[in-house]
Amino acid sequence: MSPISRGFHRKREEAPAGRVPPGQYVTRDFPVLSAGPTPHTPLSGWSFSITGGRETKSWTWDEFRALPTDTLTKDIHCVTRWSKLDTTWQGVSLDVLLGMVEYESRYALAFSDGGYTTNLPVADLLGGQAWVAFNYEGAPLGAEHGGPARLLVPHLYFWKSAKWVRGLRLRDTDEPGFWENYGYHIYGDPWREQRYAGD
Amino acid sequence: MAGTAVRGRLTWQTVTVGTVMDETPQVRTLALSVPDWPGHRAGQHVDIRLTADDGYQAERAYSIASAPGEPLAITVERLDNGEVSPYLTQDAQPGDEFEVRGPVGGYFVWEPDTGGPLLLAAGGSGVVPLHAILRHRARTGSTVPVKLLYSSRSWEDVIYSSELDFPANGVEVIYTLTRSQPRAWKGYARRVDEQMLAEVAWPAGQGPLAYVCGPTSFVESVATGLVGLGYPAGRVKTERFGATGQ
Amino acid sequence: MNDADAALDDAALDDADAALDGNAIAGLLASVFGADMTMAVGTCGSCGAVSVVAELVVYLTELGAVVRCRSCESVLMVFVSIRGITCVDLMGLASLT
Repeated sequence: MSPISRGFHRKREEAPAGRVPPGQYVTRDFPVLSAGPTPHTPLSGWSFSITGGRETKSWTWDEFRALPTDTLTKDIHCVTRWSKLDTTWQGVSLDVLLGMVEYESRYALAFSDGGYTTNLPVADLLGGQAWVAFNYEGAPLGAEHGGPARLLVPHLYFWKSAKWVRGLRLRDTDEPGFWENYGYHIYGDPWREQRYAGD
Repeated sequence: MAGTAVRGRLTWQTVTVGTVMDETPQVRTLALSVPDWPGHRAGQHVDIRLTADDGYQAERAYSIASAPGEPLAITVERLDNGEVSPYLTQDAQPGDEFEVRGPVGGYFVWEPDTGGPLLLAAGGSGVVPLHAILRHRARTGSTVPVKLLYSSRSWEDVIYSSELDFPANGVEVIYTLTRSQPRAWKGYARRVDEQMLAEVAWPAGQGPLAYVCGPTSFVESVATGLVGLGYPAGRVKTERFGATGQ
Repeated sequence: MNDADAALDDAALDDADAALDGNAIAGLLASVFGADMTMAVGTCGSCGAVSVVAELVVYLTELGAVVRCRSCESVLMVFVSIRGITCVDLMGLASLT
């Protein structure tokens, strides 16, 4: 049994009841958690691709930024128990991107510069639930937070919102991505506290 | 006894805070009392674990500030957005308890027979393990020549200044103050660069051994610079503290 | 250099400072392997680079610790602690002695 360190507590803010999933606490910080060096892909070399459909579809940065965008305010929840409320983003909805692809697959693996991957059901990318976000709090998304663009899927734990995202591989089976391989939950619903495999 | 010592290094032990001393407005040294402390080597560190009353735990690593043979002490720099360092530097009182694991580290350590001449390069709180090395050198009567190049934001941020102002025989301390300097400061006033290293470091031909500790960007810059001056990579030991590492 | 320049420099450096080295996980390694591992020699399975563990690149995230080759940045080791159990993946290493 560890002794209690008198007076020590985690930093937390107050939150309205019911606003925060079980086991979470609210923070005003935005911790940077990176599993690797920050990529610095020049926009001239950036593309977003969806593979595994009838044909591969790819957008350059200019083509991507010409697509219709949403401005949204969402709460985000990290599996390590911090939640950040009312974060604002601007991005292109996956409804728009997937809407331009013919496919039958039910699962996707998002992949990023630097090799990070995470898996999601396609259904969780549709219906106004997911974006490729390029602005945060009204300004271009900084590299340390995943810029120039990151996946944003706020209804799942934030490790699914892959930084430096470069595309989706559509697949017929749900294969675990980077953290899912090491024991984090294959789906990751914060409201059912699906943090680890078996939860 | 040997079995106990090995176990102690690998598992969490309860420590009690002894005396605390503020080194600078942001930095505090805490003497820690551990029942079966197995002793430590100069340059090693410990992992510290705090437990809140709701069971939440946070762990961080801190370099040991004291020399082998002296009681265990750590020196902690308060990071504004930190979770553990504000507690250790402001809230923890003598008698408070938390946990320690260690000592750990067999790479960034120095003993008198490791030799020299030594170039110690400190970026901010990176001076802590190098201070343990200097104290160990003094306590053992080693005459290995030492130069300590210490980069700090300002004079007020220099840790252990009362000791470093009176270095032991054979120890030279060179400061560089990167953000602000006292009036009439005649020393270096910029981040460590190749030119400064060329002026300060032992010539490679003397077979020096370097220990470089501080933020990653400091360590990379100094280590690269020393290799550029002819130091074999294997004679440049590095320990990186992240911006949030301590 | 004035305060504003220095502050901007600090912000840029903070990003670079996210990477630590094997010293930062010495305690974790000792608890997993039963001995100090900072002087153990690892060979990268991707590029063959040889390094002591203390000099490998370490990213400490709250989800887990990721250890990478300093030469090619490939992932060498991953440590994840879930429900008090530490899971270790060494598959990126060709050898660790």
